[in-house]
Amino acid sequence: MTDDAILLETRGLKKNYGAVVALRSGDISVRAGEIHALMGANGAGKSTLVKVLTGDVTPNAGTIRLEGREVRFNSPANARKAGLASVYQDVSLVPLLTVAQNLRLTGTTMAAIRPWLEELELGDVDLAEYARDLPTPTLHLLDLAQALASLPRLLILDEVTATLPADLSERVFRVARRWRDEGRSVVLISHRMTEVKALCDRATVLRDGSTVGVVDLASSGQEEIVSLMLGPAAASVVVSEGAVADTAPAPKVDPSPAVEVRGLRSGLLQDVSFTLRRGEVLGIVALEAQGQADLFECLSGNRRPDAGEILVQGKTRRFRHPHEAIGAGLVLVPADRALALLRQRSVLENIALPMVNQLKRWGLINTRAERKRVKAATDRLEIDTRAGSRVMRLSGGNQQKVTIARWLATGFVTLLCFDPTRGIDIRTKEQIYRVLRELAASGSAVLLFTSELPEIQLACDRALVMFGGRVVAELTAHDATEAALLRAAHGLERGGTGPAEAAS
Amino acid sequence: MSAQAIARPRVAPNVARLLRRNAWTLGTYGLFVAVMIFTVAIHPNYGPFEVQSLVVGALPLAFAAVAEACVVLGGGIDLSIGAMMAVANVVAARYMNHHDFQTAILVSVLVLVGGTLAGALNGVIALRTRVPDIVVTLAMSFVWGGVALLILPQPGGGAPDGFLALASGNVLTPWIPAGIVLLIVVVGAIWIPVKLSRIGLALYAVGSDRTAAFRRGVRIGPTRVFSYALGGFFAACGGLALLMSTGIGSPLAGTIYTLSAISAIVLGGVSLAGGRGGVMGPIIAALVLTMVPADLILSGTDPNFGQVIQGTLIVLVVMAGGLAPLLRSRRRAIVPGASSG
Amino acid sequence: MSAPATGLRQGRWVAFQGMLRDRPSLVLVGVLLLLVLAIGVIRPGTIGPSWVANTILFAAPLGIVAAGQTLVMLTAGIDLSVAATMTAAAYVAASQSYFGSARAVLLALAVGLVVGLVNGLGVAVFRVQPLIMTLGTGLVISGGLLVYSLNVSHQGPPAVPDIVRYVGAGKLLGIVPVSAFLWAAIATIVIVGLRQTGYGRLIFAVGDNPIACRLAGVRAWLVLLVTYVICGFLSGVAGLVLVGAINAADLSLGDVYLLPSVAAVVIGGTSIYGGNGGYAGSLLGALILTVLSSVFTLLDAPDPLKQILYGAIVVLLAALYVRTTGDDG
Repeated sequence: MTDDAILLETRGLKKNYGAVVALRSGDISVRAGEIHALMGANGAGKSTLVKVLTGDVTPNAGTIRLEGREVRFNSPANARKAGLASVYQDVSLVPLLTVAQNLRLTGTTMAAIRPWLEELELGDVDLAEYARDLPTPTLHLLDLAQALASLPRLLILDEVTATLPADLSERVFRVARRWRDEGRSVVLISHRMTEVKALCDRATVLRDGSTVGVVDLASSGQEEIVSLMLGPAAASVVVSEGAVADTAPAPKVDPSPAVEVRGLRSGLLQDVSFTLRRGEVLGIVALEAQGQADLFECLSGNRRPDAGEILVQGKTRRFRHPHEAIGAGLVLVPADRALALLRQRSVLENIALPMVNQLKRWGLINTRAERKRVKAATDRLEIDTRAGSRVMRLSGGNQQKVTIARWLATGFVTLLCFDPTRGIDIRTKEQIYRVLRELAASGSAVLLFTSELPEIQLACDRALVMFGGRVVAELTAHDATEAALLRAAHGLERGGTGPAEAAS
Repeated sequence: MSAQAIARPRVAPNVARLLRRNAWTLGTYGLFVAVMIFTVAIHPNYGPFEVQSLVVGALPLAFAAVAEACVVLGGGIDLSIGAMMAVANVVAARYMNHHDFQTAILVSVLVLVGGTLAGALNGVIALRTRVPDIVVTLAMSFVWGGVALLILPQPGGGAPDGFLALASGNVLTPWIPAGIVLLIVVVGAIWIPVKLSRIGLALYAVGSDRTAAFRRGVRIGPTRVFSYALGGFFAACGGLALLMSTGIGSPLAGTIYTLSAISAIVLGGVSLAGGRGGVMGPIIAALVLTMVPADLILSGTDPNFGQVIQGTLIVLVVMAGGLAPLLRSRRRAIVPGASSG
Repeated sequence: MSAPATGLRQGRWVAFQGMLRDRPSLVLVGVLLLLVLAIGVIRPGTIGPSWVANTILFAAPLGIVAAGQTLVMLTAGIDLSVAATMTAAAYVAASQSYFGSARAVLLALAVGLVVGLVNGLGVAVFRVQPLIMTLGTGLVISGGLLVYSLNVSHQGPPAVPDIVRYVGAGKLLGIVPVSAFLWAAIATIVIVGLRQTGYGRLIFAVGDNPIACRLAGVRAWLVLLVTYVICGFLSGVAGLVLVGAINAADLSLGDVYLLPSVAAVVIGGTSIYGGNGGYAGSLLGALILTVLSSVFTLLDAPDPLKQILYGAIVVLLAALYVRTTGDDG
């Protein structure tokens, strides 16, 4: 592990899309036989760097050196030939071809990929199935298996574990370790600090499209990475855990329930009942695919449940369209911003969208009143609207804030947040949680699903843990430690609140 | 979530899966059989002559449909198929007129090469200018239409009898029209090798998902141009078939085939979004679209209703096709991870 | 000395490009002026008030039908039945004039509304791809019109109602075309409507991201339905204006408007993928295409050549637009 064993080195890689600079100066140096983390807030340029490295997009400037020789790839296939293979964040199997045909496109032979399918425990996947018909985690693993089959000297994993449940992530890590042990290299992009700490040797940190530092993970802590990610100006904003809940005004719990759910069943959701009161933030905790998504689908009116009922302020409601749920005061903030935003439209139009969805609002718009409401919402969430003529030019964090600001401007009773902080930098997260606390304090109800367990104590008053489509535990914020939540989320019995047998 | 949920066991046996994937095409075959039965029922003397005229009448549309299918499968669309057919048609009619069979074949070969190049040109323009292909090919339909008028301002020209017999004759028995043999030979000789080779796979991949195809190592630009060139080739075939079925060249006769071809591919199970379908469905659909108006006229309907019937048929079939998935599953989930339906 | 100067010049050039990117309609105005200039050069003395009046007169049907097409294309759709609808409306008006102008005009507009409603139901409720749906209705209309023409002829000779002729070809004070007022009114309503009304916002929203619309409670099907109805109605109006200007109806009257209606919108910068654009550009596009036709007429080019040049220039203009607006469109 000396400096002369450098496998890949880049200098000043730059990529801009029109006027938008995605990558300003990407420098990364990967040694042979190491797992190298690539870190940075959303929009820092990690994915762009990966795409440039593997020829998925062409850089505007900069050089890539592979074992000292300058290389230039014009497609991922070329990069693969040179020994760089990547598993991208978004699945890159052609959906309408079978898995076998996908393999044939890259020229991967069955003999080459078979051991890796075994290694990743994909042996019984039917290769004659259309890629479209397989679940996303399987596709990610297949993508990985195929990358491995070309025996790359450098394997790049871009947020592969973000969609994978813990047991499948472990398979990926196993392979990554094996790769390192064989003297090859891995570049790993992940937002999960614990993952990075446990697995990686060094980390390159990007901020605003530029490399701001390289950290040796053996000797330094995660504070160093975080402060690099945030930059000198923002470092002071970082709050310690629990600060949000402490500074927010004490919630006055209004006894009137905002939403009651009774025996709800739909998709993976088996039988769920709970009450969400005004003035509280109720957390939902669950591993992947325990029915939480179906719960939010039903509550937001996007789907009619198979059984059970939803009571809004005491009255049974059957939503046929999100329009009706919104009318009843239930509004949704989804994790995937791409689903919620009009990319080509302005911040104002995005925020004002729900305001015009009633037929009686189809006429002339009162622009002044509208601008006032939108401004109040953007100010409250501190949205940077300088690039606001098109939402797609905003950073990821600002985009997510727009999806929340929309409902602040429109008005609601119950805010349904489905993992609103997925892949967002710490500063924005903290802002979002502060706003959620304030909303609860002013009498709204908030239902929050989050995949990051420490955030439950940070933002919630209560937490429900779901497992196998049922609520298996209810914890107060005080008791909802990471350990307690994890135990419950894995269906491990703690205090007799629910069935403990594995539902799958 | 656990390993079982990830590695899905082979629940569906291969036959069921095959049926599921080709449900629409099978439906087209069923429609064809139904229409055929109806035809024979209302037309007791249905015989070789009727089969013959059906094939001759449907041949240009069948080629046009295959041409459009090649482009649409690759994720594009070509609204100039009909105009390219017109060009091929008038070039052939003008230069074959009063010549022998050999010359006619030579002219045909040149026309086919020209058609391929014309199709490729459409593709290159769409690719280089980055103007949406609908717009490019709509405009190119004007250009090719003008070219056809330049070559032959009035309907006219002709072809040697031997050449016409390629479509209107029969093979071995009167029940096997030469036209259908021609169609099978030409489409088979070109499409089967394409489909089995990597370029065919690439074509489908590009039509299905360009980004994913690129990452799988497909060269997007050349593949797209290839699909347009293939479309141009079959459009030229269509133009020649038009000459075979009418006996003369006409600068305007081709134009209606663009819309009919799109109707045929949709009816034949090719997704306009690209990547799904084949060429057999569109060919069968072309036969259906030719038979239905003829049948209705036979059964006493005003012949002028032909177009109305064709339009209604397309809309109804597509509506039915759109309704089925609508009833089966609800809408797309807005919360990622929610199970569907 | 020269280095900073070139730097400055480059800086200005970049700024100029940036300005064009933000205001692509400036390019369109430039192209329009260039074409007018060309006419002035080819035949000096042509350009004058009456030439302008006539150009607007010829452009009005295209401009009006392009308004409907713009709305539909903003929702990421396309209406290929506009030409057939124009013809049908025009022919119905002419053939019904025997029973009075009011009835003729109302029936013609009803044709447009019904076609729009059918298209809208197919696209919005049954989710048929707009291309297929409108293609099918286009076939049905032209076929139906043929049958209709064979069955109504005995009720009296087709004649364009006076009121239609006045709107299509009349001139106030002998110079200002009446259709210009109608066009201006429609243009104002469409432009202001798109920017300042809730419905206008929803058109852009539906074209940009239907899932986001659903999430925000927007009933996209309603927006689509209304949009196709409006497009059908405007096609009917355009057909009336056209038949008024030409003063004769036949069964292929509107056919030549199919490509121009799409081309005017695309040249005008409305994305065929929806969510971005507007009518001001389409309006300029309609004027450009009309002036282009008159350039060809002045050059006395043979018809086939005209057609070839027309198609080629449409591609060129669309490409020019894509180039000036850059990557993100």
